[in-house]
Amino acid sequence: MAGVTVSVRGLTKRFGERAVLRGLDLEIAPGEFVALLGRSGSGKSTLLKVLAGLDTDVTGEATVDGQVSVAFQQPRLLPWRRVWRNVVLGLHPAGGKNVGNKHVGDTNTAGRDVAVKALSEVRLADHADAWPRTLSGGEAQRVSLARALVREPDLLLLDEPFGALDALTRLAMHRLVEDLWQRHRPSVLLVTHDVDEALLLADRVLVLDEGHIAAEYRLTHARPRQLSDHIDVRARVLGDLGVTDRATA
Amino acid sequence: MSVSTLGAPARADVVEQTESPPERRKSSRLPDLRRWISPLAIVVLWQLACESGLLPPDKLSSPWTVLQTGVQLASTGELGDAFVVSTTRVGVGFVVGAAIGLGLGVVAGLSRWGDYLVDPPVQMLRTLPFLGLIPLFILWFGIGEEPKIALVALGVAFPLYLNVHSGIRGVDSHLVEATVALGYTRTERLVHVVLPSALPNTLVGLRQSLGVAWLSLIVGEQVNASSGLGYLINNAREFLRTDVIVVGLVVYAALGLATDAIVRLVERRALRWRA
Ligand SMILES: Nc1ncnc2c1ncn2[C@@H]1O[C@H](COP(=O)(O)OP(=O)(O)OP(=O)(O)O)[C@@H](O)[C@H]1O
Ligand SMILES: [Mg+2]
Repeated sequence: MAGVTVSVRGLTKRFGERAVLRGLDLEIAPGEFVALLGRSGSGKSTLLKVLAGLDTDVTGEATVDGQVSVAFQQPRLLPWRRVWRNVVLGLHPAGGKNVGNKHVGDTNTAGRDVAVKALSEVRLADHADAWPRTLSGGEAQRVSLARALVREPDLLLLDEPFGALDALTRLAMHRLVEDLWQRHRPSVLLVTHDVDEALLLADRVLVLDEGHIAAEYRLTHARPRQLSDHIDVRARVLGDLGVTDRATA
Repeated sequence: MSVSTLGAPARADVVEQTESPPERRKSSRLPDLRRWISPLAIVVLWQLACESGLLPPDKLSSPWTVLQTGVQLASTGELGDAFVVSTTRVGVGFVVGAAIGLGLGVVAGLSRWGDYLVDPPVQMLRTLPFLGLIPLFILWFGIGEEPKIALVALGVAFPLYLNVHSGIRGVDSHLVEATVALGYTRTERLVHVVLPSALPNTLVGLRQSLGVAWLSLIVGEQVNASSGLGYLINNAREFLRTDVIVVGLVVYAALGLATDAIVRLVERRALRWRA
């Protein structure tokens, strides 16, 4: 399967009588960065949960080729584990992975080394021994990213991971995610409410509406991008989302 | 204080900051001493009341007599024997009750059917005043060690059950979901997420149940005993030895405080992540 990392065909998800996803089709290529926009309640998180294997009560077909990682809007760190042990959680299945011939788990030093390396990628190596409650919101979110990345995923699912952060931290996180993505090249599906964020980061922007992908835009500008780079697409995406933008109209 | 230059208040701040830590350390020790004033005064008044004849020794012995009696009881080994007998009762009763409370709490907390089957009877039994069960226990178990141990076990089981149960039920489903996404199996989630998150509640339950354990022992030993601290106290009553009674009470209190301190210590170590 050299072709696609994510392949979704005719995916339908119902909550009782109501179909939130209705025959949704989606393909994501290896290493592709896809942003998913959509109104609140349009089913973005629902789609992500299906891809993460958290919701199997669906009809249609959804296959992911390879390892999947998720980072949620809230960092969801286990408060009773020090930061590095939270990162080691990401090394599951089988309680760890093998580096050389050595089993890497949450008790041995090899596990710690792997965790600290992942933490230094999000510039938090010096917080390895901290308790999660002592972290700021942005730091906790970076730990959550490190936990997602430590398993070297083929698909990284991000559900509004920056939604709860202040504007400045958000900008720094954009840089970080772009940087990590370019270094590790997983496929990324980023759910966001922020159109500019999508236009800065993604190869492709999708708009989810009425239970399926209602619009799709390919972005070709070289990175790092400026906010002005896709000003034309911005207006159209906002239109798809039912918002008229004064700045561009 | 007047508003002068911009620099002055800032400098004053700095001075205050460098000077305040030692001052604060001192003031955090002072209240401790001041809190001893009234308890000491009460002991002194008690002693004076006894010496003046206001409190006759068959009603209450003086603190000094109590101290002397305590030393004497300790040196004859009488107190030590009673101590061993009583702590053994609490120890065995606690282990039995804790095993039952923890076991049922985990079963009812983890499984839906466990909850349906276990929780209603436990909630009903909980409303019984369990100390009122002593007559039944005597009929069932006789007057040996068993009714006392059973009473302690019963008292211990309920608080632990309730806290473990609610601790497990209260686990954050978002955390569980995050580990499901990472591929953790049911058993692994139990070990890594559910049980650790129930630990704070469990320790609260532990503290409550230890308090109840001593209370149950005291009541159980009052009713009938041929050994132990309760026997010491009851026997002393017949000879109007209020000094021995007070010694027994003090030992009970010390034991209660000691076990509570141990649990606090465990809490501080096990719940460092919360602090
Ligand atoms: N467990 C559930 N039971 C019933 N309805 C649900 C459940 N989960 C989600 N829904 C419904 O499905 C719809 C889509 O929810 P979803 O969380 O996917 O939206 P979303 O696009 O992520 O929205 P937001 O941008 O606000 O996060 C909503 O109308 C929601 O009420
Ligand atoms: Mg959502």
